[in-house]
Amino acid sequence: MAETHSLQDLQQPAVSSKVFVQRDYSSGTICRFQTKFPSELESRLDKQQFEETIQTLNNLYAEAEKLGGKSYLEGCLACLTAYTIFLCMETHYEKVLKKIARYIKDQNEKIYAPRGLLLTDPIERGLRVVEVTIFEDRSIGSGR
Amino acid sequence: MSAVMITRKVRKWEKLPGKNTFCCDGRVMMARQKGVFYLTLFLIIGTCSLFFAFECPYLAVHLSPAIPVFAALLFLFVMAMLLRTSFSDPGVLPRALPEEATFIEMEIEAANGNVPAGQRPPPRIRNVQINNQIVKLKYCYTCKIFRPPRASHCSICDNCVDRFDHHCPWVGNCVGKRNYRYFYLFTLSLSLLTIYIFTFDIVHVVMREYPVSHLCSQKEQTGFTVLEVLVCFFTLWSVVGLTGFHTYLISLNQTTNEDIKGSWSGKNRVQNPYSHKNIIKNCCEVLCGPTYPSAFVYVKLLIPAGLSSVALTASASFQHAVLCLQKTTAPLIPNEHTPDDAKPSIAASAEKSPSPKEELPPASKLPPLASPETDAETSIAKDKTH
Repeated sequence: MAETHSLQDLQQPAVSSKVFVQRDYSSGTICRFQTKFPSELESRLDKQQFEETIQTLNNLYAEAEKLGGKSYLEGCLACLTAYTIFLCMETHYEKVLKKIARYIKDQNEKIYAPRGLLLTDPIERGLRVVEVTIFEDRSIGSGR
Repeated sequence: MSAVMITRKVRKWEKLPGKNTFCCDGRVMMARQKGVFYLTLFLIIGTCSLFFAFECPYLAVHLSPAIPVFAALLFLFVMAMLLRTSFSDPGVLPRALPEEATFIEMEIEAANGNVPAGQRPPPRIRNVQINNQIVKLKYCYTCKIFRPPRASHCSICDNCVDRFDHHCPWVGNCVGKRNYRYFYLFTLSLSLLTIYIFTFDIVHVVMREYPVSHLCSQKEQTGFTVLEVLVCFFTLWSVVGLTGFHTYLISLNQTTNEDIKGSWSGKNRVQNPYSHKNIIKNCCEVLCGPTYPSAFVYVKLLIPAGLSSVALTASASFQHAVLCLQKTTAPLIPNEHTPDDAKPSIAASAEKSPSPKEELPPASKLPPLASPETDAETSIAKDKTH
């Protein structure tokens, strides 16, 4: 599936550095990221904006990992079918992961890309870190 | 001047530096040594085959046809759980990519301050407080990460595994967060199957010795029955014992690793911070909790053919990315372990064979800048013009 594009369309800024937002283990092993604002992003982004993004991600992961009637029911039903049901059905966690991927894409398009930043979905790093790529600011007001 | 874009589905598992083998397009992930796993398969399938061939016809006729039916269902469940345990990703943590490793190193150096020359730097440990308990997170020198709580590095598979329980040669894989419940159900169902076959073998032998009806007056050979009884007898002790041990661990929400190390043995008033202090709740969490995702999913991306070298040589920290693009077989993670499976296919057409549970929505396109963590490891027609 090869497509041709002109070179101008593909001009992208270079990566200047990366910031890694670590996991917050204070509530145990549930997936939660630290909301502490990294100093490297001070010049690019509002603290509140960043905290809101991370907090929303934390809430989404909490929803995915919630232990409750629904997850127990899913677990028991799957066990009774020897987990073959997962061959045709999506798990609750996977549904939320898709939601998270959409949210991150949305945040990147609306907030981060116009500021020369990029959020990487934590699942690509094994849910260990939220990687924020900082691009070189070549032109003012550049965005996608 | 135009550049050719190549769309390629890059599989994360192609570049995994650990000692794992992958099959079926990445759906199967196992340790390298599989000999004992084949033995397990042979013992289970062999014994059950003998049972179905020699005992079941007799028992179905003289006792009840439900006996072989239930045995068959139990056998299928055991096999499903075994294969699920053996083939799943146990919860392997991807290694830190170079930028992250450097970032962590810088944090460590900043935390340690100035170490006088000649002195060893302090051990790399991070303290976190979980449920009023200080838990030490150790640094893994192989994976270059601070291991999350309950994670441990498996030396056989050469990976850090989340909620590491143990490496089980019988299933040919590590047992960790993602496959612990399948492992437990495997041992439980295997115990039941072993007891079931053992019991009905004894019943069969007794019925042959002391025929209760005129139909079974002949004393036929029970050689295979004896073999089955022997296998079941020796299996019983180990498997039932193991099931009991893991039931105990689950009720306390502990891992085998923690139990062996005595992490929460109670000395120094150290208690297990992960336990809900309620047996039912602990069991529910471990057995019926959410099914965690594997970190190795398919990532689809677009790479501009001619632009790659331009964009990447701009930053010094991406020299290795340029090297990666030039030598497509080089691993992205400069590590002592070169993955045997790192043979990215140099196909210009995207290979479309995702499994329903492992595909991210195709809309998650990354920018055309091919940074290494977006898996820019394809052979690209080198454009000499800059």
